[in-house]
Amino acid sequence: MSYDYSKYLRKGKIPHIWCPGCGYGIIMKSMIRAIDSIGWEKDDVVMTSGIGCASRLPGYVDFNTLHTTHGRSLAFATGVKVANPKLNVIAMGGDGDMTAIGGNHFIHACRRNINITCFVFNNFIYGMTGGQYSPTTPKGSRATTAPFGNSDNQFDIAQLAIGAGATFVARTTTYHAVPMEKLMKQAFEHKGFSIVEIIAGCPTGYGRKNKLASPAGMIEWQKEHSVAIAQWEKMSEEEKAGKFPIGVLHDVEKPEYVEAYDANVGLS
Amino acid sequence: MAKAEKIEIYVNLCKGCEICVELCPVDALEMKDFKAAVKDLDKCIACMQCELRCPDFAIEVYKK
Repeated sequence: MSYDYSKYLRKGKIPHIWCPGCGYGIIMKSMIRAIDSIGWEKDDVVMTSGIGCASRLPGYVDFNTLHTTHGRSLAFATGVKVANPKLNVIAMGGDGDMTAIGGNHFIHACRRNINITCFVFNNFIYGMTGGQYSPTTPKGSRATTAPFGNSDNQFDIAQLAIGAGATFVARTTTYHAVPMEKLMKQAFEHKGFSIVEIIAGCPTGYGRKNKLASPAGMIEWQKEHSVAIAQWEKMSEEEKAGKFPIGVLHDVEKPEYVEAYDANVGLS
Repeated sequence: MAKAEKIEIYVNLCKGCEICVELCPVDALEMKDFKAAVKDLDKCIACMQCELRCPDFAIEVYKK
């Protein structure tokens, strides 16, 4: 056994509700290891989530957790952080929760640069409600609401976050479980709004419709289609087709929201 | 090369997704009654790929 997760789990809630082969369990394990390696006390961590498969995660971990309304995890997280800036706030949600229903909250949290860590679990589909296409479903992929293939262009969550003003943006996959843990730790350490987009497999909702029904096959797909950012910058446009970069995509320093607010109203 | 002393599989947690079996580089695991099972402990090189990527906390590898 390389790591004992039991200290951070609500053991009565395990096994979790995620389908066999769902990548979210891998993300939960990496996140627990990252929090452990940074050494935060359990009482100093607040996790907020919206609605969806990804948003079930805070129910299984023994921190202060808030399961909120659809897409509003960042709104609640902002409130928690402003009320008590000493807390370490982690907001999470799926691709639909963060970029469709909560899209407005997402871009404005990026713009504010408040010191929150945000994890977006991107499995390309609305899993919990039965496999409808989401803003990140690739063009041409099938879903229950797109039986002949999706006609919409897909969102690039990392580029959206950079454009909206987030100061730390990273992307990883469930294949890269150990690098994911390190990226999460970097995101926790970053002062300002940090986002980690995690590509995960949904064998039930997405895989079965797109000839990727094997969970291990989905993990292999992530390995084959992801390119480290250093390599990505050297590649030609033809080589980049169908692939995506992983690693730290954006890391800058900007004034943090709560500190800037306190200075403005004369509190600091 | 590292060897495993024991591979613990919690059948009540395993959902039979086969991630561990397919990612194992030395073919030390197999499926039995829709759950993961140890096929050959001697083959295991304790690389921890299965434990790291099991979404269900169902497999633990103990190094020698």
